Amino acid sequence: MSSLAELTPDTEIDLWLGQQTDKSLLRFLTCGSVDDGKSTLIGRLLYDSQLILDDQLASLKKDSHNRHVGDEGIDFSLLVDGLVAEREQGITIDVAYRFFSTDKRKFIVADTPGHEQYTRNMATGASNADLALLLIDARKGILTQTRRHSFILSLLGVKHVVLVVNKIDLVDYSAEIFEKIEAEYRAFADGLGFESFAAIPVSALRGDNIVAPSERTPWYGGQPLLPYLETISVERDTSEAAFRFPVQWVNRPNLDFRGFSGTIASGTVRPGDEVLVAASRKPAKLKRIVTMDGDLDVAVAGQAVTLVLDREVDISRGDVLSQPGQTPEFSNQFQAELVWMADEPAYPGRSYLLKIGSQMVPATLTDLKHRTNVNTLEKSAAKSLELNEVGTVTLATDKPIAFDPYSQNGLTGGFILIDRISNITLGAGTVSFGLRRAHNLTYQSFDVNRDVRAQMKGQTPRIVWFTGLSGSGKSTVANLLEKRLTAEGKHAYILDGDNVRHGLNKDLGFTDAARVENIRRVAEVAKLMADAGLIVLVSFISPFMNERRLAREIAGDVEFIEAYVDTPLEVCEARDPKGLYARARKGEIKNFTGIDSPFEVPQRADIILHGADKSPEEMTVQLYEKLFG
Amino acid sequence: MSKAAPALTHLSRLEAESIEIFREVAASFERPVMMYSIGKDSSVLLHLARKAFYPSRIPFPLLHIDTTWKFAEMIGFRDRMAEEYGFELRVHTNPEGLAANINPFEHGSARYTDVMKTQALRQALNAGQYDAAIGGARRDEEKSRAKERVFSHRNANHAWDPKNQRPELWRTFNTRINPGESMRVFPLSNWTELDIWTYIYSEQIPIVPLYFAKPRPVVERSGTLIMVDDDRLPLEAGEAPREEIVRFRTLGCYPLTGAIRSNAGTLPEIIMEMQASRTSEREGRLIDSDQAGSMEKKKQEGYF
Repeated sequence: MSSLAELTPDTEIDLWLGQQTDKSLLRFLTCGSVDDGKSTLIGRLLYDSQLILDDQLASLKKDSHNRHVGDEGIDFSLLVDGLVAEREQGITIDVAYRFFSTDKRKFIVADTPGHEQYTRNMATGASNADLALLLIDARKGILTQTRRHSFILSLLGVKHVVLVVNKIDLVDYSAEIFEKIEAEYRAFADGLGFESFAAIPVSALRGDNIVAPSERTPWYGGQPLLPYLETISVERDTSEAAFRFPVQWVNRPNLDFRGFSGTIASGTVRPGDEVLVAASRKPAKLKRIVTMDGDLDVAVAGQAVTLVLDREVDISRGDVLSQPGQTPEFSNQFQAELVWMADEPAYPGRSYLLKIGSQMVPATLTDLKHRTNVNTLEKSAAKSLELNEVGTVTLATDKPIAFDPYSQNGLTGGFILIDRISNITLGAGTVSFGLRRAHNLTYQSFDVNRDVRAQMKGQTPRIVWFTGLSGSGKSTVANLLEKRLTAEGKHAYILDGDNVRHGLNKDLGFTDAARVENIRRVAEVAKLMADAGLIVLVSFISPFMNERRLAREIAGDVEFIEAYVDTPLEVCEARDPKGLYARARKGEIKNFTGIDSPFEVPQRADIILHGADKSPEEMTVQLYEKLFG
Repeated sequence: MSKAAPALTHLSRLEAESIEIFREVAASFERPVMMYSIGKDSSVLLHLARKAFYPSRIPFPLLHIDTTWKFAEMIGFRDRMAEEYGFELRVHTNPEGLAANINPFEHGSARYTDVMKTQALRQALNAGQYDAAIGGARRDEEKSRAKERVFSHRNANHAWDPKNQRPELWRTFNTRINPGESMRVFPLSNWTELDIWTYIYSEQIPIVPLYFAKPRPVVERSGTLIMVDDDRLPLEAGEAPREEIVRFRTLGCYPLTGAIRSNAGTLPEIIMEMQASRTSEREGRLIDSDQAGSMEKKKQEGYF
């Protein structure tokens, strides 16, 4: 290729532009322990491929004052450590994306943090990377961090790994040290499923083996880093894979046109091909592949297109189009590996929003099979998953969804979990396999149903869910209400927190995880009782918003009334009918709501009863009016 | 029909990624809006939006924050595009700023930018009750941009919290927000300046003629060439505009946008000049150089 200076505009520009657009793309991430020199390495790559611009270089030299610099007098890490907080602390706290290109390839680099508490950011960087640079300080060798990062790479399906043994200058360019590290890592990484692996001795600070072979490592016969990155083949031919098209947006400009817009996740499709909706299994033929540049004869994985079918099929956002004989799994239960990314732990029984492709559904974490220690790869039993922990879980979605095992398709097998109240992203998971149990376990339907039973009793079954602090008056009001209903000939039943804990839930303690399970069981029992035609009065502190929501969801189509008995803590504590507050204050009872365990105030209660201002009788009337008035 | 499937080039992959982001916005938000700043990135953004929804029209309005100090050619270009492509254009100017005649000369670039751009933007976003605002920012522009998510959450005060960004995995974007909050969305996140130019070239996307070199009246102030776009630019004593062959690498408010001396009059010439040049793009913008980390600070305050 001729150099830029020799090019004349117009005559050779098409050729040159052709080279620009025909370049392949490599997305890689850099990871490793703190102070291994990741940012310095990226800065060095940018500098050596002459991508640092004059004004950047000038401000860099100024900023490098008093810092750790190489022969050029530049602290390269300053180029990459973007946020003010990072510059001040001298560490990288978030994923930063960098872009550079050489004659052969374009690169998108995700620079990810090394600190343990930012493991979630590394997973984020790995989710979009084809290759990983795993940095090692030659003086320190393989560390716990190295193992953790390798495991996360494996979990997120990064298939190509380069072990960059950095700071080789600081161990006198020792071949023995390098070979020992390489051998040790190979032995460790054996079971992690990497398709390609190379180890390269470098000094990011001094530039050894970055763009050219270093004279100081004559014993190293492999490629320098940049040439290696320019030539390694990472393309996975997804065009031969099964066709998957998650419908993103229904394109309906007028009554004559109905298309389905989306990006092909895998496979190839041509007009005339049979396609199938995963959910309804309704077949159709593909009529047109529409783009603004004209209709296409063929479309492949990665292309954003609009598909038009030959007949009217009910398809909306979230549906997945496939081809007959190659359909994705379609189920409401699956097993997955879950990386937890939030401060609030994950508990079995909790309900979240799950997004996979363009499908978003409520999902419950049904089981936490075990937690994997990311440092030792050992599995152990666990009741919750904390920030940066990885676990094997089962999830049940509210309705069946289409998915593939992540190992077969990263785009239809990777999902995120979203908090239903704050909307933050809590975790990310990779589907291992669908659970067939969902197909076998169908609901028995009987002729005598809830309606029939309700009619016999002459009432509408419903669940009244009392929530409030201990001593707020929940049970007193529930008791008065039950008496009144009974007097009217209605059939009601009280499920009381204390009573249930003596029997059904006597195996449960008072940790957050146990409280979740406590509520789940009671909600299920309440649902069964309502199904039997009863009016169910549930009197439970139920301090967490998520569990109240879960209870409402379990109730399904049964009418559910959330009654918040809003009595201030001081009043409850002054009453202290069971002497519990006094004991909690002395530290004799742990995890007591209102004292050392939070009560999340209901935002969407159907009725609020003010226990400090009103008598139990007044509150009962108020509630009765709400229910039957 | 050929059996072999076409290999995707780098640009077609970027294009598809951006289109997917546009569609995700249209499908997930109630009241999206696209920021239209009339520059080259906006031109690419507009082109991609048209592609994303074809044959439908762009299903949301385009919003231009008019500081009243934009180049006259930009405004003409804006109105022509709106007419040609039939998108809904909304224009907002900060009425208080206008009444107080806030300008870059008497009030300084920092105050002017805050009132006429940042505050104006917040006013427009509040008034429109937009829950998603699409912008043309790229991660390669500036250090703090390099860390921003594609779907970047803003609290009810439009503020960005760089330490509490949602993890963003694969192309599975978390589009959920609570009432009053909003999302800034950046479909061009992974594009570089060179990608933008080569895409404009290969797709023949119209751009404002100010990007092309031609003789223009300029004055030189502290090493920066300022174009005398109209008679509102106060000339200092002894200062007289002179004709020079210049062009702009980036477009904004004319008193704050430095021109460069250049003979590049065609797209190929611009691309070649850019490849050969050794200064980064935002250098021509005066707002970044106030202090280190200034962009990050502005973004926390709600600047795009």
